[in-house]
Amino acid sequence: MAQPQMRKPVEYFLDNKKFLHPKLAANYGNWKYHDRPRPGVLHHVSKTGDEVWTVRAGTQRQMDVYTIRKLCDIADQFAEGRVRFTIRSNIEFIVSDEKKVAPLIEELEKNGFPVGGTGNSVSMVAHTQGWLHCDIPGTDASGVVKAMMDELYEEFKNEEMPNRVRLSTSCCEINCGGQADIAVVIQHTKPPKINHDLVANVCERPAVVARCPVAAIRPALVNGKPTLEVDEKKCVCCGACYPPCPPMQINDPEHSKLAIWVGGKNSNARSKPTFHKMVAAGLPNNPPRWPEVNAVVKKILMTYKQDARPWERMADWIDRIGWPRFFEKTGLPFTKYMIDDWRGSRYNLNASAHIRF
Amino acid sequence: MAKQLHPTPMLDQLETGPWPSFVTGLKRLAKDKDYVVDLLGHLEHSYETRKGYWKGGTVGVFGYGGGVIPRFTEIKDENGEPVFKDAAEFHTLRIMPPPGMHYDTDTLRKFCDIWEKYGSGLIAFHGQSGDIMFQGCTTENVQKAWDEINEMGFDMGGAGPAVRTAMSCVGAARCEQSCYDEALAHHKIINQFLDDIHRPALPYKFKFKFSGCGNDCMNSIQRADMAVIGTWRDNMSTDEELAKKWFAKHGINELINDVINMCPTRAIQLKDTKDVRKDAHISSVAINDSQSLEIDNKDCVRCMHCINVMTGALAPGQDKGATILVGGHSHLKIGATMGTVIIPFMSLKKEEDYDQLVDLAQRIVDFFAENALEHERIGETIERIGLVNFLEGIEVDIDPNMVNNPRMNPYVRTDGWDEEVAKINAKKKAAA
Repeated sequence: MAQPQMRKPVEYFLDNKKFLHPKLAANYGNWKYHDRPRPGVLHHVSKTGDEVWTVRAGTQRQMDVYTIRKLCDIADQFAEGRVRFTIRSNIEFIVSDEKKVAPLIEELEKNGFPVGGTGNSVSMVAHTQGWLHCDIPGTDASGVVKAMMDELYEEFKNEEMPNRVRLSTSCCEINCGGQADIAVVIQHTKPPKINHDLVANVCERPAVVARCPVAAIRPALVNGKPTLEVDEKKCVCCGACYPPCPPMQINDPEHSKLAIWVGGKNSNARSKPTFHKMVAAGLPNNPPRWPEVNAVVKKILMTYKQDARPWERMADWIDRIGWPRFFEKTGLPFTKYMIDDWRGSRYNLNASAHIRF
Repeated sequence: MAKQLHPTPMLDQLETGPWPSFVTGLKRLAKDKDYVVDLLGHLEHSYETRKGYWKGGTVGVFGYGGGVIPRFTEIKDENGEPVFKDAAEFHTLRIMPPPGMHYDTDTLRKFCDIWEKYGSGLIAFHGQSGDIMFQGCTTENVQKAWDEINEMGFDMGGAGPAVRTAMSCVGAARCEQSCYDEALAHHKIINQFLDDIHRPALPYKFKFKFSGCGNDCMNSIQRADMAVIGTWRDNMSTDEELAKKWFAKHGINELINDVINMCPTRAIQLKDTKDVRKDAHISSVAINDSQSLEIDNKDCVRCMHCINVMTGALAPGQDKGATILVGGHSHLKIGATMGTVIIPFMSLKKEEDYDQLVDLAQRIVDFFAENALEHERIGETIERIGLVNFLEGIEVDIDPNMVNNPRMNPYVRTDGWDEEVAKINAKKKAAA
């Protein structure tokens, strides 16, 4: 029987020329400076004197087509039919007439899209798929973010933080949400539960053995069947074995906890980029609103807001006040689990007489 | 009119509060789609039991080996039948966004029409990979939806051990801090690697990210295997009118505390205008009738802080290009590592400059394909074999900008010292 004729894909990555707002296309590479007339609005001036105002609004990221069409209606009415998205899933409308800014903001807020996320505000949380779509999630993503942004709504809409604040959530330790000033990440606390009946058929065993960062997995025979076993004394419960071998179930409704990390900074401004550091763990995975997690996030944020100086990011602030005072001011317990013992760990220990009193 | 909703008492609680609710959006879709009715039931079950219930599989489109993320339900009844049968398959299509994530509404509306017809009606702008995520489609409809999206001119993103979808910042389109044409670099690199994106055959993933300046809005040093970050090598530009305007508004305290004191290399000084040095590597700008900022561009590391604070008054220079770092990735398997500088400065002004960037990227990906172990990112390869071996493999000369400091241990065999010095001297002589 003849194969049905399949359409061959057109392999080509398009450029963005036709999508640019006309004023952006006209002034491409020729901008002079910008300022922020109010939270949620950027004002850019080009070397030719052209001006554009960008109005930034929060979205739920996982958008239904009705929401997207509503945003398109607003763009057609105010922004010459163009939009762009930021890396944190905020939507931006660019207008070339200052008079359109206020009515655009009004229209966005009337339709439930908060205007903000610019400058020294708390922007939208970079997040992942979670229970909605991921195959290995320890928790949800969109729901966690909705719960968190409900509580940080005013901080999104205002620019009252010392510097910009970037948040992320990740539903497993792979940390797809990424580095952030404050990151919420699943932290498993028990080794995987292995379904030995399935391992031989589902998993490529040498590949799974190779995935383990602490060499805790080895081949084994259980009830006459080839399988894998975990040295539970060595296991660090990272879950790296679970994606290549789903019968090694790492997610647990009770024992998959949430940890909070602070001080990740992607920018090179002032200090070099930094990775975030663990400052809390053992928080319950408590849908639908994760109140215990949000309480810690808010406590850290509000302490930073009160105590940091202008332009200090979370990492800069902690660098000035020191970790003992960070824990003192936030009231978070400093436990032995925060003392690094991974490779290169001694670089993270204090090899000086620098002590703040 | 779709079937009746399953009770979702937990998800319902995410419909309250001021932030836009994805649950409300799903319920709106569920009015017309049994598919989304069952998706809501499926998600509620996860909320109740605190576990995920999707497993992967193999679903693709004709001609490509990746780009579709297959999902099949694992919530089954005692007979092995899906409990939420209308949402038993919930695949995602990863589609590459245009550089800088700009769209016209015509395109977005067409996306909506296609996804309403073939999929769940749920689209994420964007996933952490940078892709537009068309979430929720049956196996049968994947090809149909893809054909129509591809006819619009959009191509599929990467998944698995492949070159992945790239990301670029807003850049030259709307940012005075942009130091190269991010969109052009993004466009050229991706078109070079389409085969490696669509037919996964690398040891593991390989990601490119393009940021126009050191603010690195694309998080490229932490997340990209190859990070292209805009910079300049001549003097910082200044604008007296904007500097005076800034000073009049913010005053001396902010100038000292927020600008001068925060310079990480102490490259900025406040001076009486008459005392400002005249050397070629000095930038200066008056802030009032008697005082100026003096910037020693030899000390400046292009961190962007002062430019962020005094936008336009201080700005990048004219001789622009990029710093290139290789090897950023998250925890798996050796712990998170940042990218390492391999090219301190590559000029990116003319079209040919961008072809050089593509050529470098190709050498790096070729080296990765041939030398990395299975499931090893290039940063881990570099850690395993050492930076010098990597640089020799991609034919890039060493440079002191690649290190924080020279080696702190004696465990190295140096009997090739004289030859190395001779080589360096010969190169210096040839370049002179």
